[in-house]
Amino acid sequence: MKLLFIFLSAAVVNNFVLSYFLGICPFLGVSRKISSALGMGAAVTFVMSLTVVSTWTIYHKVLIPFELQYLQYVVFILVIASLVQIVEMFVKKSYPALYRALGIYLPLITTNCAILGLALFMVLKEYSFIESVVFAVGAGGGFTLALLIMSGIREDLDLADVPGPLKGAGIALIIAGLLALSFMGFSGLISI
Amino acid sequence: MQNNNLNQEFKKGFIAQNPVLVQLLGLCPALAVTTTALNALTMGLAVIFVLTLSSVIVSVLRKLIPYQVRIAAFTIIIATFVTIADLFLKANLPELSKSLGPYVPLIVVNCIILGRCEAFASKNSFVRTFFDSLGMGLGFTFALLVLGSLREILSTGAIFSINLFGSGFEPMLVMILPAGAFLGLGVMVAVMNLIVRKK
Repeated sequence: MKLLFIFLSAAVVNNFVLSYFLGICPFLGVSRKISSALGMGAAVTFVMSLTVVSTWTIYHKVLIPFELQYLQYVVFILVIASLVQIVEMFVKKSYPALYRALGIYLPLITTNCAILGLALFMVLKEYSFIESVVFAVGAGGGFTLALLIMSGIREDLDLADVPGPLKGAGIALIIAGLLALSFMGFSGLISI
Repeated sequence: MQNNNLNQEFKKGFIAQNPVLVQLLGLCPALAVTTTALNALTMGLAVIFVLTLSSVIVSVLRKLIPYQVRIAAFTIIIATFVTIADLFLKANLPELSKSLGPYVPLIVVNCIILGRCEAFASKNSFVRTFFDSLGMGLGFTFALLVLGSLREILSTGAIFSINLFGSGFEPMLVMILPAGAFLGLGVMVAVMNLIVRKK
């Protein structure tokens, strides 16, 4: 039951994009088309799951026993950067079709704050291994959901008559604000 | 000539190339920590510290860092300064550090810093880099402070916890919520667009 709560909380109630503001850059940058939003969402969810598996292991099995917690930021970002690189090489060699679909999004993920944010929240909330993995999948799902909704709206927005200064980023941010308001409807759904 | 040049490097971060409002970089902290003016100011100062020191170091080392591993090298330099800033805040201002939460360590992946290292510091002397990153840092802090003050005034009727309007003020709760951050920043970006376009 607790696992389900963690999943729902990460996916909708405390949506990474709309209430923690993590991953705003791809949210505004890649959300122009539904297809690229799906690709980015899938790539992020995939890397997120791998990230928690490796950072959880390193944090609890290496950093804590050796009392090296103060190195966590340096270690986490290095792990994430090399992980993304390895995933990219592996997918390119073994699954060329998948690579063509996700390829361009993978390098962008290293600087996606949602990934590092996930690792930091995992430490802050003191999740166990299984809980961390569920948390990662939920967060990735929530990110994909927000990106999908946004891209659907923006595809229609191309035809709308937006006032000059608001064009582009301005209106995108205001739409995000309205989305965040509607996601508030989920709060109180579960408490954790 | 030389002085003019430095002056220009310094000034462009404020309006013409403001990192948050024009380049739309570093939006994550800009939205997350601007619930009060004080949080926004602290975040701004932390970013100035990390940005200036890491880009100066990158600029000094720019001939020693091999091109292929430059991003990794930049990231480690940035992460080191972020750790320093985070430990400093935790030790000296524990309350403030708690309210900023994970957003101080998240400076590591702030695209402004990596962007300035890659686009400017790795190609310019450290004097010019210093002025460039100081200007960008101040521009970032300025944007955060305006958004933070706006949100704090509208949501509590106070700024830096000093009450402005007395008890008759009806607080606008939405501004302290995530939605308020998006709406406030959206309006600020639009206003900035108007100003830049007029010029």
